[in-house]
Amino acid sequence: MAEIIVVTSGKGGVGKTTTSASLACGLAQRGKRVAVIDFDIGLRNLDLIMGCERRVVYDFVNVIQGDCTLRQALIKDKRIDTLCVLAASQTRDKDALSDAGVRRVLDELAADGFEYIICDSPAGIEKGAHLAMYFADRAVVVVNPEVSSVRDSDRILGLLASKTQRAERGNGAVKEHLLLTRYSPRRVASGEMMSVDDVREILGLDVVGVVPESPDVLSASNAGTPVILNGDSDVSGAYQDAVARLLGETVPMRFTQEPRKGFFARMFGG
Amino acid sequence: MGLLALFRKTPSSANVAKERLRIIVAQERSARGGPDYLPLLRRELLEVIRRYVNVDPSSVQINLGREDGHEVLELSVALPQGRGAGPGG
Repeated sequence: MAEIIVVTSGKGGVGKTTTSASLACGLAQRGKRVAVIDFDIGLRNLDLIMGCERRVVYDFVNVIQGDCTLRQALIKDKRIDTLCVLAASQTRDKDALSDAGVRRVLDELAADGFEYIICDSPAGIEKGAHLAMYFADRAVVVVNPEVSSVRDSDRILGLLASKTQRAERGNGAVKEHLLLTRYSPRRVASGEMMSVDDVREILGLDVVGVVPESPDVLSASNAGTPVILNGDSDVSGAYQDAVARLLGETVPMRFTQEPRKGFFARMFGG
Repeated sequence: MGLLALFRKTPSSANVAKERLRIIVAQERSARGGPDYLPLLRRELLEVIRRYVNVDPSSVQINLGREDGHEVLELSVALPQGRGAGPGG
């Protein structure tokens, strides 16, 4: 049985693709067979973050339209051999994805033995976002501790509870997880940024991960290496923890506290 | 945070954000799940009412509740003070 996990947010630019790439890598590093699919038709980007942009021959829409087989379109990751990427199409036709087509691809991936299918949702609440979440068993809702992101993600929670196959068939709700990104413990401590607990309280979700704001995210995307693979980075640690929690492990929350400073540093700024 | 910040007493911006979100999220959640025609129904009712009384758009409240297994559509209109309030434009 494959588990389908949608990575979604409503608002753009909060870190959905970064998160999809890192969670997919993290699960695959633990030996799981993972496929990660870019649902952002017309604005393909997961391939760049995964560093496989020059190996895209066929894409998601090609598979749905029968131009190639699923196997031909899946790009095997060069670093982790249990991981595959399915790129989004660059077509401008927004209706290129169909309900039946997406269902067939997901079924085929499951039949092929993939254990986790990560659906990287586009921003917004249009068709691509709808299809990315429709078949999901679980949702990772990526949120920045900032008002518009939190509000948009609440809107997404409403859709997850009503416009998904699970909701329509009444066979158990989609399990929702909150993943905070661009978190700055320093700004939380000084009252400039909402804390994990604030966001958790407003949205009423359990927290699967808190990823600190870090320049490592940009350098990882520059290099085409999912940031979870940069073992020296706090961001990598935070994503590793999120993967562990997705797998049901209990892991203490890290990177949410500001490192302790001395008396003088606190009095005179820094 | 410098020395001056210790003496500042205004609520932090994070708290302001949290309060604003708490209110708007609660409001949007209560509107969710209702039938899609509610906003249109509200607008059309308002138009009819304004033919007779000059009411403010925000003074018409429509709530959909549930009581003993059936749905109750609750409409409340706050009429303006005084008799001089003629029909709206």
